[in-house]
Amino acid sequence: MNAPNKSGWKPGTPVEGHNAVSGPDTVTGNRALMLEEPLIFEIGGPDTTGVDFAAGADADRLASRLGDLARSEPIGLPGLTEPETVRHYTRLSRQNYAIDLGLFPLGSCTMKHNPRLNEKVARMPGFADVHPLQPVDTVRGALEVMNELAHWLIKLTGMHGVAMSPKAGAHGELCGILCIRAALEAKGDAREVILVPESAHGTNPATAAFAGYRVEDIPATSEGRVDLEALKARLGPDVAGVMITNPNTCGLFERDMKAISDAVHAAGGYVYCDGANFNAIVGRVRPGDLGVDAMHINLHKTFSTPHGGGGPGSGPVVLSEALSPYAPLPYTARTADGVVHLVEEEDADSFSEEHFGGKMQSFGRMTAFHGQMGMFTRALTYILSHGADGLRQVAEDAVLNANYVLRSLEDLLHAPFAHSGPCMHEALFGDKGFAEGLSTLDLAKALIDEGYHPMTMYFPLVVHGAMLVEPTETESKAALDQFIMALRSVAERAIAGDESMKSAPHYAPRRRLDETQAARKPLLAWEGELAPSGRAVRSEVGGR
Amino acid sequence: MRYLPLTDADRGAMLEKVGAKSIDDLFVDVPEEARLSGPIEGLPMHASEMAVEKHMRRLSKKNLAAGDAPFFLGAGAYRHHVPASVDHIIQRGEFLTAYTPYQPEIAQGTLQMLFEFQSQVARLYGCAVANASMYDGSTACWEAVAMAARITKRDRVVLSGALHPHYAEVVRTMAKFTEDEIAGAEPALQSAPDNQGLIARIDDTTSCVVVQYPDILGRLPNLQEIADAAHDKGALLIVVNTEPVALGAVKSPGEQGADIVVGEGQAIGVGLQFGGPYLGLFAVRDPKHVRQMPGRLCGETVDAEGKRGFVLTLSTREQHIRREKATSNICTNSGLCALAFSVHMTLLGEKGLRALAAENHRLACIAADRLAKVPGVSVLNESFFNEFTVRIGQDARAVVRKLADDGVLAGVSLGRLFPGNDALADGLLVAVTETTTEEDIETLASALEGALS
Amino acid sequence: MARYFTEEHEWIDVDGDTATVGITDYAQEQLGDIVFVELPDTGAQVAKGKDAAVVESVKAASDVYAPITGEVTEANQALDEDPALVNSSPETDGWFFKLTIADKGELDGLMDEAAYKSFCDGL
Repeated sequence: MNAPNKSGWKPGTPVEGHNAVSGPDTVTGNRALMLEEPLIFEIGGPDTTGVDFAAGADADRLASRLGDLARSEPIGLPGLTEPETVRHYTRLSRQNYAIDLGLFPLGSCTMKHNPRLNEKVARMPGFADVHPLQPVDTVRGALEVMNELAHWLIKLTGMHGVAMSPKAGAHGELCGILCIRAALEAKGDAREVILVPESAHGTNPATAAFAGYRVEDIPATSEGRVDLEALKARLGPDVAGVMITNPNTCGLFERDMKAISDAVHAAGGYVYCDGANFNAIVGRVRPGDLGVDAMHINLHKTFSTPHGGGGPGSGPVVLSEALSPYAPLPYTARTADGVVHLVEEEDADSFSEEHFGGKMQSFGRMTAFHGQMGMFTRALTYILSHGADGLRQVAEDAVLNANYVLRSLEDLLHAPFAHSGPCMHEALFGDKGFAEGLSTLDLAKALIDEGYHPMTMYFPLVVHGAMLVEPTETESKAALDQFIMALRSVAERAIAGDESMKSAPHYAPRRRLDETQAARKPLLAWEGELAPSGRAVRSEVGGR
Repeated sequence: MRYLPLTDADRGAMLEKVGAKSIDDLFVDVPEEARLSGPIEGLPMHASEMAVEKHMRRLSKKNLAAGDAPFFLGAGAYRHHVPASVDHIIQRGEFLTAYTPYQPEIAQGTLQMLFEFQSQVARLYGCAVANASMYDGSTACWEAVAMAARITKRDRVVLSGALHPHYAEVVRTMAKFTEDEIAGAEPALQSAPDNQGLIARIDDTTSCVVVQYPDILGRLPNLQEIADAAHDKGALLIVVNTEPVALGAVKSPGEQGADIVVGEGQAIGVGLQFGGPYLGLFAVRDPKHVRQMPGRLCGETVDAEGKRGFVLTLSTREQHIRREKATSNICTNSGLCALAFSVHMTLLGEKGLRALAAENHRLACIAADRLAKVPGVSVLNESFFNEFTVRIGQDARAVVRKLADDGVLAGVSLGRLFPGNDALADGLLVAVTETTTEEDIETLASALEGALS
Repeated sequence: MARYFTEEHEWIDVDGDTATVGITDYAQEQLGDIVFVELPDTGAQVAKGKDAAVVESVKAASDVYAPITGEVTEANQALDEDPALVNSSPETDGWFFKLTIADKGELDGLMDEAAYKSFCDGL
């Protein structure tokens, strides 16, 4: 096999004639740079702290305005000094895979590079150190950031308005569905059902149910797209709307999107679009042109705010003219004099009268304060960095990279929809052809040994043993080539029936974890007592 | 373009590999009328780091940063000193740019951190189990209400009048759609919380009682008697805490019988950030309620070699498995804010948290005593931790605005929180933390004196 | 005592007016390691074909339907402590709940052991 690096050099591969020798077990459980780390509860003590206060500011001086509620019992929190703290978390960090370490091909998650300028900007004191309830005259810049980002999100999607406060994608979905419900109720047209394709992300049905709707599936065609005729047949006076992901979770653009929207509208319903995959079309397609009524945008996907090991996200929802009046409070609006207003409960009605002809009838409030400001600054920084030309290039490179992966593997891995035409931002494979007894899970774990985070697995549910690969636009061709080489190698092993894959990963900080034990006997908090400071003993974390 | 590694030569070679003449061939499935032929209208072309930074800095300068003025705002968001090492750690790429830890073998860093975080929160709240975080305190509060309805199979919710009005509004908004019945109120300006009034509203149809501790006016309700009354009627007690530092000084909600404890964790490790991202905390006192909890849970287990490790567990509660029957639709939560909280809490430890709480309370007592001496000002609270209400005899909102013009961020007027309620209009909520100096307190006192005379 | 089977892979032992319900060996094999069983409360009324219990593996949750209508008289508390019993002895110690039989006529449509075996063979 040809070495994929430009120089032809493959680091870490032994030169011919030199064989790897496995070493003995170590007394610490460490393996050189792979370091074991105990829990803070095992190394910290109740009398240790890494924070200094002015002398005398201790518990004894606690004045008694606490009623009869002064704490008498210990809390049981361990403390570490600063050097111990930094070392603890630095060691832990090294047990994580991350975009900064390598290609992160999780389908539908858009793990792209997180620019560091975003981080720098978010930390400017004028953004980071501002209280949400300061008088508005002292936060004009923050309101302008919200309004400027809102403006570009509307422009990029071709929609009418945007609700900025939702805290993440699923929260945005809820916002969009509640707008639909409010719009229908305003017409006195209560409906009961939301239609969701079989291939939908689990948050879609969960959201619809949380908003009080019954969920029904829409079938897919053999091409991996929504079955338009089946959808049309199901539409009726009880259907409040549909939730469609576009590009969909099979990595395909829903060609019939406009026809779907028209049919839903004709039946008196609304169209929710899950915007998780907006990265594939940003700057090239505007969902508003396809008849969408509401779509959330994961700023932590398309607009590069960091995932942070599971959030925080941010999920602004762009809205059509029909749904915009029902957007939650608060919202910002720029008036003709150039001033950006923060519209909250108290002035919602008067502001609506004065500036919107009384049309705004918000369904309420989804969260305290005004939304994920720290994500707004990052996303706006990203949008301005890329600009109109750069964002278009983002979509093009993301789609090109995914198609390159698809066409480099389709001869080896079953690609159920490869015949349907080009994919968008992600390539979908199935486990057909794997040797008996080997699964997608085994392939994924073997890929870990090759130094990659696995792709999204077993999703969408419509493909057996699904593997959904989203390389994103921030990977170079060399990085893709190396990934393709690794994926081809593990796929070949899966097809050939390499039993060693069943015990992979072999080289990660941990081998496969016993999830059955974790669920049968849940141990969700540390239950021991703290040792007094200075006498804490390191437990044998890594020992066998 | 600095974030895009492909060269034109790469693009050409790759197009050839995929059998496309041009990039447009890859967008053939997009209906022609929906294809944009050129760049988005009005959006400038790409810009250098320097240019973007300059634009954003200009916007940031239009805000008055809390650190640049005597600052007394609280009401659910608190300004505390965050040690420098916290921001250093959360900016490590292995934490910052990791995904949700679905592949535990290569996510032990995040998972162990979450286990430690859950353990810290559970202990702080006096509970058995805490989850791996929610979006913020207000959404955690709603999720607790929804959880109580699942457990009790009742749908009547009693909200304390002294619950943060934004939290109450979120509950009211969501309840419109779930058809839970909400019995709310607004607070009265009394020196002590009206526990008896609250207890009188609990009956056999109540699913839960929601009480804030310390409450929106800064007062400390005795939770035990409310818990007893709720349990007597088969209802659950949900306690909301928006200032976790307080729990270094006062009894935990769990010790006083709360069933579900939720709150805002922003005060520890996470900055003000104009309201978000923040950190929702969620815990239950009785482990038997764990399976009704929303959100992710991290648990301890072993790997194939018997080494201790951590995994996300009890996932069958969640949307990606249970879909429309899930306990919540939450997916992404506040992982990085949970890390910031956990690092800060580790730096504090028991000793540091207690010292921090003591220092907050000491300075708040000084401030309350000093402001009480300002003519026309009276302190409402019998009890408080680091935030209290003063009455100033005139519209506090106007006074707050005027003082802001003079460079003093005096606090949160009750008029801002409860607009239209004239009985509260002369109330001003003043928060004091370890970042407040005695000089700041003096500045506020004389500025108030000037404004009121 | 007679044992019946359903197409949803439940077994039901009938003893006079009461019945014991569990899931079959075939079902536990398909589900994999069982980590939790949510059982109905004593006194609960269950209706033929409706949800009565939930059985969970690490990555899936499956509803268990009541094979007949009746009132639950006992749930198998041993499963709270040791859900693995469903894997190790699904058709004996791993039973789910007992109920009174409201209408013996409902038993008519159920399969006997031989019929269930050929039903599984055909899957």
